[in-house]
Amino acid sequence: MMPHDETMILETPFHSRCLALCEINLWEDWKGYRSAAAYTSVEQEYFAVRSNTGVFDISPMIKYRFTGPDAGAYLNRLVTRDISKIAVDRVAYTVWCDEKGHVMDDGTIFHLAENDYRLCAYARCLDWLMWSAEGFDVTIVDETADVAALAVQGPTSCAVFKEMGFEGIENLKPFGITRYPFVDSEVMISRTGFTGDLGYEIWIKPSLAETFWDALFDAGKLRGIRAIGGSALDLLRTETGFLQAGVDFIPAEEAIREGRSRSPFELGLGWLVSFEKPVFNGRKALLKEKKEGSRYAFVYLDVEGNKPAEHAFIYAGNKEVGTVTTAAWCPTAKTNVAFAQVDAKYGNVGQELVAEIYYERELKWTRVMAKCTVIKGAVFNPPRKRQTPAPDF
Amino acid sequence: MINVDQDYDVVVVGGGHNGLVCATYLAKDGRKVLVVEANESLGGASATSELSDQFLVSSCAHWLFQLHPGVTSDMRLTEHGLKLAARDLSTIALAEDGNHLIIDGDQLDGAGISDEDRKAYVAFNKQILKFCTLLAGVFNRRAPKLVESNLTDRITVAKLGLGMKMLGKDDMSDLMRLALINIYDVMQENFDNDLLKGALSIDSLLGSHMGPRSPNTVYGYIYRRMGTAFGFTGPAVVEGGMGAVGEAMAKAAQAQGVDIEVGTAVSKINIQVDRATGVTLTDGRVVNASMVVSNADPKTTFNKLVGLGNIETGVARRVKTIRMKGDAAKLHIALDSLPNFTGLTEQQMGQRLIIAPTMNYIETAFNASKYGEYSKAPAMDISIATIHDTSLAPNGKHVMSVIVQYAPYELEGGWNDEKKDAFKQLVIDRITDFAPDFKDKIIASELLTPVDLEERFHIHGGHWHHGEISLDQILMMRPFPGASQYGTSVEGLYLCGAGNHPGGGVMGLAGHNAAKEIIKRGGLA
Repeated sequence: MMPHDETMILETPFHSRCLALCEINLWEDWKGYRSAAAYTSVEQEYFAVRSNTGVFDISPMIKYRFTGPDAGAYLNRLVTRDISKIAVDRVAYTVWCDEKGHVMDDGTIFHLAENDYRLCAYARCLDWLMWSAEGFDVTIVDETADVAALAVQGPTSCAVFKEMGFEGIENLKPFGITRYPFVDSEVMISRTGFTGDLGYEIWIKPSLAETFWDALFDAGKLRGIRAIGGSALDLLRTETGFLQAGVDFIPAEEAIREGRSRSPFELGLGWLVSFEKPVFNGRKALLKEKKEGSRYAFVYLDVEGNKPAEHAFIYAGNKEVGTVTTAAWCPTAKTNVAFAQVDAKYGNVGQELVAEIYYERELKWTRVMAKCTVIKGAVFNPPRKRQTPAPDF
Repeated sequence: MINVDQDYDVVVVGGGHNGLVCATYLAKDGRKVLVVEANESLGGASATSELSDQFLVSSCAHWLFQLHPGVTSDMRLTEHGLKLAARDLSTIALAEDGNHLIIDGDQLDGAGISDEDRKAYVAFNKQILKFCTLLAGVFNRRAPKLVESNLTDRITVAKLGLGMKMLGKDDMSDLMRLALINIYDVMQENFDNDLLKGALSIDSLLGSHMGPRSPNTVYGYIYRRMGTAFGFTGPAVVEGGMGAVGEAMAKAAQAQGVDIEVGTAVSKINIQVDRATGVTLTDGRVVNASMVVSNADPKTTFNKLVGLGNIETGVARRVKTIRMKGDAAKLHIALDSLPNFTGLTEQQMGQRLIIAPTMNYIETAFNASKYGEYSKAPAMDISIATIHDTSLAPNGKHVMSVIVQYAPYELEGGWNDEKKDAFKQLVIDRITDFAPDFKDKIIASELLTPVDLEERFHIHGGHWHHGEISLDQILMMRPFPGASQYGTSVEGLYLCGAGNHPGGGVMGLAGHNAAKEIIKRGGLA
C-alpha cells in the first residue's frame, strides 16, 4: 500500500471491487481512507442488511495489536472492562478513559491467542497507548494497513458463509472468533458487527482481499448480497442503538472545549466499567462520579411523528435540558428514534420530553414540538442476532 | 526488628532521615510504626561509611547546614547523641596562586576583595535571608494544591503572598525578577570578584544538572541557603560523620516505640485494587499494615515498589518525566597526614574548601555533562572532617570528602572501572594544583559516581535531592503536578522523602510535613 504521505487519500485492499460497484460514486473520508458512503441507494443497502446480506468494507478501522507477557494486564489497565474475563477467541466491546474518567474512544478487543490481542478503535491513539505501556512488557503495533476486513451482515450471512465452505460457522456464538483455511492462508471470522443483526466480520491479509471478495459475492449471489456504504450503516446502527464515536460523544483527547467530553456513565455505558478489577485509567474519577452523581444522561428517545429529530433541542416543560446527537426514522422498527444527551435527572426510562424539530420542504421551514419518551434501548433487536446455531434464511 | 506478633499501623519503606523523622512523629501520635531499611545503617544519604581500615567518611552528604531546628528539638536529637564537632564554618574559595577568598558569615577576606564587594555581599546576604525567612514559612507545612484549595491551603497561599508584600516593594520585585533568571546574571549584577562569584554560584547547583547560566539556579541558591533561616551561618561537621544524624534519629524513633529493621529491603508495596495493604520483603516475608509510607524517591516508589501498572497512565507519565539525573560524584581519600594547601593554615583546611575559580570554569565543567561526558576540570566542594573530629581516622591521619561536579549519571557508553579511574585521577590531579604534596599523602581512595550513589543509597539516578530542585518541581509540583500533598493515587500510600515538598538536603521537613498531613487526615485517606 502507498504510504500516507504520498497520497491525499488511501485506498483499502478491497478498493478495486468497491470502485466497480460504486455506481453513484459517492465517497467519504474514513480516517484517511476512501470509503463508499453509498453504492446505489441508501435504502436499498439498508434493506440488504435487514433482509439479505450487506457487505461493508471496514478495513480503514484503526487496529492495534498487543503481544507479550503483560498484554492482558496492560489492556486491563487501559480499558474499563475486566479483560481477564475475555477468553481466548472471544471479543468484547469496551471503552477507555482518560484520568478524568472521560471516554477517549470505544472499540472492540479481540483475544486472538494467549498474550495476543487486537484492539479496534475509532481514533488513532498510539501516543496514549505507548505512554500507557510504561512498566509493562508489551509490544504494540498499528496494524491498520496490515489487515483487510469486511463486515458481512444480515439474515442470510451465515448461509453465504456455509456456501463458501465454512463448515460449522453456524455454531459460532456471538462475540466468538473462528478461523478457516483460505487459499494459501486463512481467514479469521468473528461474529461481531455494528448493525444489530445476525452478522460477521472477516479479517484477512490484504493480498487475499480481492480473492475473498470475489468468492464471497459469488457465494452470495442467490442470497441477495450487496455492498453497502457508510450512510446505510449509520441508519442500521441507529436502529439498534449503537453509539458512534465522534457523533454521539467527542473522544476526550479530541475535545477542545472544557466540559464537552463524557464519562461512560454519561453515555449509558456504565455496564462496561468494572470496579472489581485492578486499577484502570479513570477509575478514581469514575468512583467519585458514581458516588456523587453524573452531570448528564444519554437517552434513547421514541419521538412522536415521522420527522427525524436531527440536531433538535430537548425540553422538559419550558426548560432546555439537552440536545439530540443522532436521529432517524427506523424503517424496520417503524419508530422515530433519537439519541440525546440530557441533564442527568431527565434520563429515566419513561421520562416525557419534547424535541424541537425543524425540517424543510421546498424552502419552507417548519418547526415541530414533538413529544418524546425515554425508552430503554434499541428498537431493533431480533432473536437471530443471538441465536446459536445461527438460523438459515 | 520486625515484631511478627504485631499488627503495624504504618510501615515506612526506607530508614533515611526523612523516613525516621516521619516515623517518629507518627509513633508519637500513637501509631505502631515499623521502619524497614535495606542498608545496615540508618539515615539514608546522611551516612558514614568505612573507606578503608579505620578510616570513616561521610559517604554522601558531608555537611550539615539545613537540619530544621523544630525537628531537632521535637526529636530531642541532642539527647539522642547528635553532636556537632564544628559549626558555622567559613567557606574558602581556593585560588591556584594561594591568594584565597575567605567567606565567613557576612565577612569577606583575601583575594584582593574590594570594599564595594564587601558592602554588596552584606546587602546581598540580608536580602537572601529575607527570602529564606519567607520560604521557611512555607517549608514546614504542606504545599497548597493548585486548585481545590481548602482553608489550610488558602492560609498558606495568603501567608506567602502577604510575606512577599511584607518584603517591601524593592525586595518583592527583586524576588520575582531574580527567581526566573540565573545565578550567573545575579552574581554579575552584584559582584566583581571572580572567586566570590564562583564560590557563591556553586551553591546554586551542587547535585543538580545545571550550570551557573541555567534557569532555576537562583531558586537553587536560595534553597541551599535555607539553613540561614534555621540558625546556620555556615556548614557544620557532625561528630562521627553524617551517619550520626541517622543514628540519633533512630534512637529518637525507638524511644517513641518505632520498630526498626535494617539490612532488609522491601521488594514491593502490596496493593489490593487501589489500596496499600503492606509490603513484601525481598526475603519473602509479608508485613501487613493499614498504611505504607515510602521514604524512597518517587521514581523508585512508583516504578519498582508500586509498579506503574498499579497507577493510571497520567500519573505514570508524570513520574516518568520527573527530572532526576544526578551529576555529582563523591571522591573519598584516606590521607597519611594533612596535605599542604598553598596558602592555607591547618585551621583553614578544616573549613569548606571550594574549587570554582570563576563562574565560567563551572559552566565549562557543566558543558561536558550536557553531552554525556565528565568534566575535564571539575568544580569541587571539599571537607576534611578529621580536623574537627579525630574519631574518623587513626591518630594523625585524615579523611577528605569531595563533592565533584560534574559526573553525569548517563555517561556516554556508561561508567566502568577504567573511566572511573581516569576521572578519579583527573580530580586528584586538579586538587594537587592547590596542594602540591596531596598525591604523596594518599593511602586509599574511592570515587562514587551517581551510578554508585544510586546503588548504594537506592536513589534513582543517584540524585541526592530525589529530583531536581527547580521551579517546575517545587511546592505543589513536587514530586509532580497533581500529586496530592504526600498522599498518592493509591489509598493508604504516602510519600515522605526528599522527592516531596520542600525537597532534599538533610533538612527533615519532608518527613515532618508528611507525618503532619497523615495525622491531619486521621490516618487513612
